[in-house]
Amino acid sequence: MTAALANRIVAAGRARARRRTRIALGLGALLCAGVALVLISGPTLTPPLDVLRVLAGGDVPGASFAVRELRLPRAVLAVLAGMSFGLGGAAFQTMLRNPLASPDIVGITAGGSAAAVFAIVVLGWRGPEVSVFALAMGLAVALAIYLLSWRNGVAGARLILIGIAISAMLDSAIAYILSIAPAWPLQEAMRWLAGSLNGVQLAESGPLLAALVVFGGLLLALSRDLEALRLGDDKAAALGVRLGRTRLLVTLAAVGLIAVATSVTGPIAFVAFLSGPIAARLAGPDRSVLIPAALVGAGLVLAGDFAGQSLLPSRYPVGVVTGVLGAPYLLYLIIRVNRGGGSM
Amino acid sequence: MTAPPLLVRDLQAGYAERTILDGLTLAVPPGQITAIVGANACGKSTLLRCIARLLAPARGQVLLDGKEIHRMAPRALARRMGLLPQAPVAPEGIAVADLVGRGRYPHHGLLSRWSRQDTEAVAAALQATGTADLAERAVDELSGGQRQRVWIAMALAQETELLLLDEPTTFLDIAHQVEVLDLLTDLNHSRGTTIVMVLHDLNLAARYADHLVALAGGRLYAQGRPEEVLTAETVKAVFGLDCRVVTDPTSGQPMMLPLGRHRMQASA
Ligand SMILES: Nc1ncnc2c1ncn2[C@@H]1O[C@H](COP(=O)(O)OP(=O)(O)O)[C@@H](O)[C@H]1O
Ligand SMILES: [Mg+2]
Repeated sequence: MTAALANRIVAAGRARARRRTRIALGLGALLCAGVALVLISGPTLTPPLDVLRVLAGGDVPGASFAVRELRLPRAVLAVLAGMSFGLGGAAFQTMLRNPLASPDIVGITAGGSAAAVFAIVVLGWRGPEVSVFALAMGLAVALAIYLLSWRNGVAGARLILIGIAISAMLDSAIAYILSIAPAWPLQEAMRWLAGSLNGVQLAESGPLLAALVVFGGLLLALSRDLEALRLGDDKAAALGVRLGRTRLLVTLAAVGLIAVATSVTGPIAFVAFLSGPIAARLAGPDRSVLIPAALVGAGLVLAGDFAGQSLLPSRYPVGVVTGVLGAPYLLYLIIRVNRGGGSM
Repeated sequence: MTAPPLLVRDLQAGYAERTILDGLTLAVPPGQITAIVGANACGKSTLLRCIARLLAPARGQVLLDGKEIHRMAPRALARRMGLLPQAPVAPEGIAVADLVGRGRYPHHGLLSRWSRQDTEAVAAALQATGTADLAERAVDELSGGQRQRVWIAMALAQETELLLLDEPTTFLDIAHQVEVLDLLTDLNHSRGTTIVMVLHDLNLAARYADHLVALAGGRLYAQGRPEEVLTAETVKAVFGLDCRVVTDPTSGQPMMLPLGRHRMQASA
């Protein structure tokens, strides 16, 4: 009797795990196909064999430069940045049990952007200092939102409202700084804000990869605690989760991932916000969505950039394409929240 | 399984500057069912949250086996004490057996793998709560009574000697309230689990509890066997309600009949 039940439980668990593996592999395969497509396509199609020859280090006249210097960096950075956005967003959404609690909605991304624009325009900085400053300010804004919404613990809804308000304030600060900026830093700042893969270089993948290994690894190590948090703070604490420590580490890792990716590509709109919910749709919402969300994020950036470069009548930065995708979903969520009397 | 003595000593606790519990001392009898009753907002949940170490006391202690729980490692405590909060959240789409399995959290570290022992704990919990047939169903699709049994199953899979429950019968109809309290009594008898629960229904509390604790304004008003605690005087002091206490003919326990301003017979 008990043995039969135990076997049923084990079998159901295995079936769930198999399904999740299948979906992750499917997403991975799609992603590889997408990368291949980006590598062969341009104003003229490059034959796949030529692409392979270039990747192996060979020289193919007419293709080497385009593949090695333009398409490969674009594809690699799209994947790495997309993974970072997807992981960071999904971690926040899981921790706060709310799809609106994504760093690009609650002002953490806006904090980084405002800092970068301030550094570029007012302080006249360039290069890595801008990125470091943006990362620091992203963390500071996360902390400020956290403290402002603290009242005997953090309630998700309050944090989100405060985050959206802070995001709006920071956006108007950005608009103000841009309005007083002289021509050259204005261009640089706009480039930072657009969310684009134009002109990225393969060397820039180093910090992204390092962030993914360190912060992504930390998030995966914490995924058991994150899953427990989905049961509510009280239940999680009663199971033995250290709430404060878990929240702090998850925030640090997620903001780190998003900020490092943003420093390379600019804030690519809504990728952090969309990846988790899409991954939950595909892989089922009942288990950790971190890994599928990373794959979905990579796919979104890759596909958005490809669409913006090759499919649309004129060229658009990837952030414009993902922005158009994400806005209706944000509206839908907000309308649903209003109808549900704020239960979100 | 011998249950450990749980002791609350001179507890003062609250939120921000507001003190809710003030100087509360309480011994929870091991292996028995304790019910906490009191008016709304008198601090019942606050007390339970202190015992479960979700809230740090401003003064005083909660002792398990003579050890202060706030000094114990969280997972070590969670292997001995489980809590069913008033409003737990089931992740969307999660299957019953999967949710119950999450009660095994404190038995695992970062590197330990799910084992046969975990599966058996889950199977036993499902069986004990009569939810084995629901194992593959999604929790969202269950009725309120079924869902509550699943949450209790999750707490059982945690395999603790002590189980705290905050109003486990709220939102259930009367038949399911009795079903849940019967189930908890079964567990107390078969596993020897010490149960501490907040109940809002005085008569059900008096019927099912071995030990009744009445709180008023964040202080202990009375504790003891139900027939000692459930008196007209207690009800007046704790709820501000006039009542008559009679003996429940079905259980032999005391039963409270409220006296309102209307529909009273002269003899009452
Ligand atoms: N998280 C909180 N923050 C501030 N005050 C709280 C909080 N939780 C409860 N309280 C207040 O503490 C008092 C006691 O609450 P509680 O212990 O939940 O009462 P009950 O006996 O109804 O369970 C109430 O006045 C309530 O408003
Ligand atoms: Mg309560």
